[in-house]
Amino acid sequence: MHSALDEYREVSPKGTVDFLYRLSDLVQGKSFLHLNAVRYGGGMSEVLRRLVPMMVSLGVEARWEVLAGSQEYFVVITRMLNALQGRDDKLTDDMYQTYANVMERNAKALKLEADMVMVHDHQPAGLVEYRTNGCWLWRCHLDLAQPQRPAWAFLRRYVLKYDAAIFSLSGFAQRLPIPKFLIYPSIDPLSPKNRDMSRSEIAQVLDRLGIPRVKPVLLQVARFDRFKDPLGAIHTYRLVKRHHDCQLVLAGAGVMHDPEGEAVLRELQEAGARDPDIHVIQLPPEADLEINALQRSATVVLQKSVKEGFGLTVSEAMWKGKPVVGSTAGGIAAQIVDGVTGYVVHSVEGAAFRIRHLLNNPGLMNRMGAMAREHVRRNFLITRQLGDYLTLLKLLPAT
Amino acid sequence: MARTADAPFAFIGCSELQESIAHQADDEKELAELIEDLPLDSIHFHTHSYFLRHGLIEGTYPNDFAQWVVTQIGDHVLGERLAILDPFDYPDLENLREELISIIDDHLSRSPIIPRVVFGQPFHFKRSRILEVPIGLEARTLQDFRDIVTDIDVSTIYYHMFEAHFRLRRAENDFSAWMRTSLGLTNLAERIRSINPYQGSLERLRSKLISACDEFLTGESAKG
Repeated sequence: MHSALDEYREVSPKGTVDFLYRLSDLVQGKSFLHLNAVRYGGGMSEVLRRLVPMMVSLGVEARWEVLAGSQEYFVVITRMLNALQGRDDKLTDDMYQTYANVMERNAKALKLEADMVMVHDHQPAGLVEYRTNGCWLWRCHLDLAQPQRPAWAFLRRYVLKYDAAIFSLSGFAQRLPIPKFLIYPSIDPLSPKNRDMSRSEIAQVLDRLGIPRVKPVLLQVARFDRFKDPLGAIHTYRLVKRHHDCQLVLAGAGVMHDPEGEAVLRELQEAGARDPDIHVIQLPPEADLEINALQRSATVVLQKSVKEGFGLTVSEAMWKGKPVVGSTAGGIAAQIVDGVTGYVVHSVEGAAFRIRHLLNNPGLMNRMGAMAREHVRRNFLITRQLGDYLTLLKLLPAT
Repeated sequence: MARTADAPFAFIGCSELQESIAHQADDEKELAELIEDLPLDSIHFHTHSYFLRHGLIEGTYPNDFAQWVVTQIGDHVLGERLAILDPFDYPDLENLREELISIIDDHLSRSPIIPRVVFGQPFHFKRSRILEVPIGLEARTLQDFRDIVTDIDVSTIYYHMFEAHFRLRRAENDFSAWMRTSLGLTNLAERIRSINPYQGSLERLRSKLISACDEFLTGESAKG
């Protein structure tokens, strides 16, 4: 019988789909509940939208529940997110109480019974207070390397009640007395953001965005945020431009209601105003096809971030056969095989040097791009993550 | 007429969960001390699972220790000494552990300082939990075997070539053992046994296995 998984035969590594069928034989009929805070927006929801139906098609009783919260609660979790990632955002006792109240209300409304319950990030983490059966896993997608202590102390009390925690990288984790597993996030190669596009489709998008198709494109796709170092990307481009007539595209989601983002965007627009080869593009939310087309039209992709989560835009670009020149921040270096699929760099000068080297060697660029795609095929596709989750379901006993 | 095995070869794949263990090294002395103290599972992870994680693309260094001292500490000499280490030369993981420690200790004894991480990341020790997954395919003849190896997931090759010998402590890899005992193909079994799985990626290993089978089958068919 054809299932959602069969669509991945052409894109996943040889034998993977058949292997996943056999792996799923070991967990037939078991139940797996995902819990998070939002149905739409963000890479995690993007993957869950595809992953849950795939699990169901393999005979796992997979469900995905989303928390219901008040306006007040969403303010609290945004502050908590900032504090957990090290920003100086304070939380009051009332805020902690708001969080606890939302957990209690949702625990009454949601059906929390399953053989395995995977709770994503901090927003629903407190539901563990109401656990009944099953193995409870806390899946942390955040970089918790340097959190504000009070916020982490509050969350940690909940985390200790889980059977295990899962992080994307060792360096993102805090010390915990429960088992800690490491699972890379993944991209969906068949989603609008990553599916194949024809030349004419790409051309249409570029025309709409006002990007000429005559000069090599250096691209950085990232939020307009200082942590993404877009000004560093402009400095890199200027060093490259001395030797190669190229253009720079900086594309990111809009900055409405984000004063810091607005300030960064203004600076970039000012920096770009005097150079017609710098394109600063504000994309609407979920502009998947636009990102896909930009990545496919790029000559070299740059990820110059100074602080980053896992940074899956790197894998997205690699999947499209592009060499990526990236910094060491977050998960960027974990995705690049240095010197094989792209380059890991430590400075503006390093980034410019490597980009110049690539532009001078088109053959090398093509070879690296091809290796990059293969590397993603084997390590960062949703099929690998599906295998990881089925393995968890089999190996970790319910308590 | 193709030889039929007394017992079919049942292929098993594997899935790996990476588990972080609560130890990290910030300098080369700590690295050696932790290699000495930690469970062999962790040594296995950093010297063998590397191949499972690099099924096609080979990085510059073939184990995590060498990779770390070069990229995070910037000690190319130790990195090169650890990179040339060939686990195939050691009968078991305990011997491999001893050699790793000996190389690092020797390097430190010649160095006026203990090289440490300044701007890079510490070495995070891990281990893996391996789930065996019977993939439902069996070979009864060498031709069956060759055809199945051509299309299987690389984790199956990893399991039978790496896991079987080193973690499960079987005397030789599962493929050569089956060819010897069930097919009675002693020469081919010896050739498969002598393939060093550490020389390249799992895809390269797949190619070597197929080539060995093809050469044998062509020779048999020429004999009539």
